[in-house]
Amino acid sequence: MSAAPVPTRGRTDMLRLRCPHCGLRDEAEFRYRGDATQLRPAGSAPREAFVHYVYARNNPKGWHVEWWMHVAGCRAVLRVVRHTVTHEIHSVTLPQEPVDVPGDVR
Amino acid sequence: MIVGGGGQGLSTAHALATQHGISDVAVLEKGPIGLGNVGRNTTIIRSNYFHPDNVRFYEHSLKLWETLEQTLNFNGMVSQRGTLNLFHTEAQRDLFTRRANGMRLLGIDAVALDRKEVKALVPRVDLDHGRFPVLGGFLQPRGGTVRHDAVAWGYARAASRAGVDIVEHCEVRRVVSERGRVTGVETTQGFIGADIVCLAVAGHSSTLASTAGLRLPIESHVLQAFVSEAIKPVLDVVLTYGAGHFYISQSDKGGLVFGGPIDGYNTYGQRGTLPVAEEVVAAGLTLLPSLAKLRILRQWGGVMDMSMDGSPIISRTPLEGLYLNGGWCYGGFKAIPAGGVATAHLIATGESHAIAKHLDLDRFADGRLIDERGAGPYPWAH
Repeated sequence: MSAAPVPTRGRTDMLRLRCPHCGLRDEAEFRYRGDATQLRPAGSAPREAFVHYVYARNNPKGWHVEWWMHVAGCRAVLRVVRHTVTHEIHSVTLPQEPVDVPGDVR
Repeated sequence: MIVGGGGQGLSTAHALATQHGISDVAVLEKGPIGLGNVGRNTTIIRSNYFHPDNVRFYEHSLKLWETLEQTLNFNGMVSQRGTLNLFHTEAQRDLFTRRANGMRLLGIDAVALDRKEVKALVPRVDLDHGRFPVLGGFLQPRGGTVRHDAVAWGYARAASRAGVDIVEHCEVRRVVSERGRVTGVETTQGFIGADIVCLAVAGHSSTLASTAGLRLPIESHVLQAFVSEAIKPVLDVVLTYGAGHFYISQSDKGGLVFGGPIDGYNTYGQRGTLPVAEEVVAAGLTLLPSLAKLRILRQWGGVMDMSMDGSPIISRTPLEGLYLNGGWCYGGFKAIPAGGVATAHLIATGESHAIAKHLDLDRFADGRLIDERGAGPYPWAH
C-alpha cells in the first residue's frame, strides 16, 4: 500500500510519525519519552554523572533526538529526529539502527 | 543586568530598585515588553498548592497581588473572584481535602463545597455527567485573575520611575564570562558589560544558559490557551475540571479564557497543535455543555521552561555572577510578585529569600525535589 506524501512541516497540524513497522501514523498513537541522547553512565561513574543523566538536558532549539513509543500500534520504542521549532521530522528509526542527525544539533 | 523584560524580569528589577536601593539596573528585552509569556497566559492567581514550601511561596505572591495596585499605582484589575477545583472521585476528594487542610494549617483560605454549593456558584456545570459526575469542589476565595498586560506595564513603569533602564529590542545572544566569572552579555546592539547577570527568560533559559556552558534541568514545552467570543457574564469564578486538564474563567471583556495541558514534547514553536486543542475543548464541554455553541476567537501558545520536578528555579549558578530565574513551568504568572522579590533578595544580599530557599538549582543533585504531582524527572508529565 503506498501512501501519498503527507507534509510533516506546518503550523498547527499534528505530528505524523512514519513507524518502521506500521507506516505513517498520527501522533495520538504515540507516547513521548524524551531526550534519546541521555545515556546511562556505568555503575561505577561518579554521582555527578548520574545527576546529569537524570536531570540535565541540552534542550536544543533545533534538531532533537527523542524517544517515542508506539503505544497504540506495535508498541516499539522508536528514535525520532525532529526539529523543535518547525516540528519537521527528519527520521523515525528503530533503536538498534544508526541515527543520522542534520548538522545543527548542539 | 536582567535579561528578559517579562513579568519576572521587570518584577525583579522593581524589587532591586525599590527594596534594596539598587537602581543601576538594566532590563534587556528582545522585543517590546509584555509580549512574551507575561502576555500569553490565562491570568490566574492562586496559592492552592500541596507542598508546604510551594504553598508559602505562592501565598507570599498572592498577598503581594492583593496590594499590587497600590504598590505600583497602576490598575491591574486584580479580581479575587475565587478559584474552584472540582473533584469527581472519592480518592480525589481525599487528596484535595489533604491539600486544603495543609493550606488551612498555614493560615490560608480553602473551603470545601458540596454538590449543591458548586451548582449554586456555577449553574452551568453538568453535575451528573455519566462518566465523571461532580462530587464537590474546593474553593480558594482569594484566588482570581489579574489583567496580565497591566502587570507588565505597571511593573515596567514603576521600575523605570525608580531608576531602572528598560532596553527594548535588544536581544541577548550570549553570556560572556572570563575565568569563571560573568563579565557581560553579547547583544544585537553589541557587548554590554555587567558583573551580575540574571536570566529571566523562561522558555529559553536553556538556550541562553548553554552559552555560559550550563546544562539546566529544564525542557522547553508549549502550553496553549484559548479565548472565545465575548458573551454576557456566565462564570464569575476560575473553574478547574478534575477529571481532565481544563481550567476556565471569563475575562472582563466577556471572552471565556481557557486552557489545558502542555502539548507534551520538546518544542520552541510558539504555537500549539490540534490534538491538545481537541482534548481541551472535549474536557470543557464535558464540564460545561452549554458552551458548545460558542466560537473560539483566538488560540495561541507560549513556550515554557518545564523543569525536572515541576517547580521553579531561583538560584545562583555555577558561573559566578550569573543568576537564574526560570523553570516556571506553567505557573510563572501568579508568581511574578514573589519571584521578583525573591530573585532581587538573592542578588542584593547573596542569600536566598526565606520563601525561596527550596528553589535553588542544587536541589536536583541533592535529591530535595519539590514535585507537586510526584511525576518524576519527566518534564512533559508535570
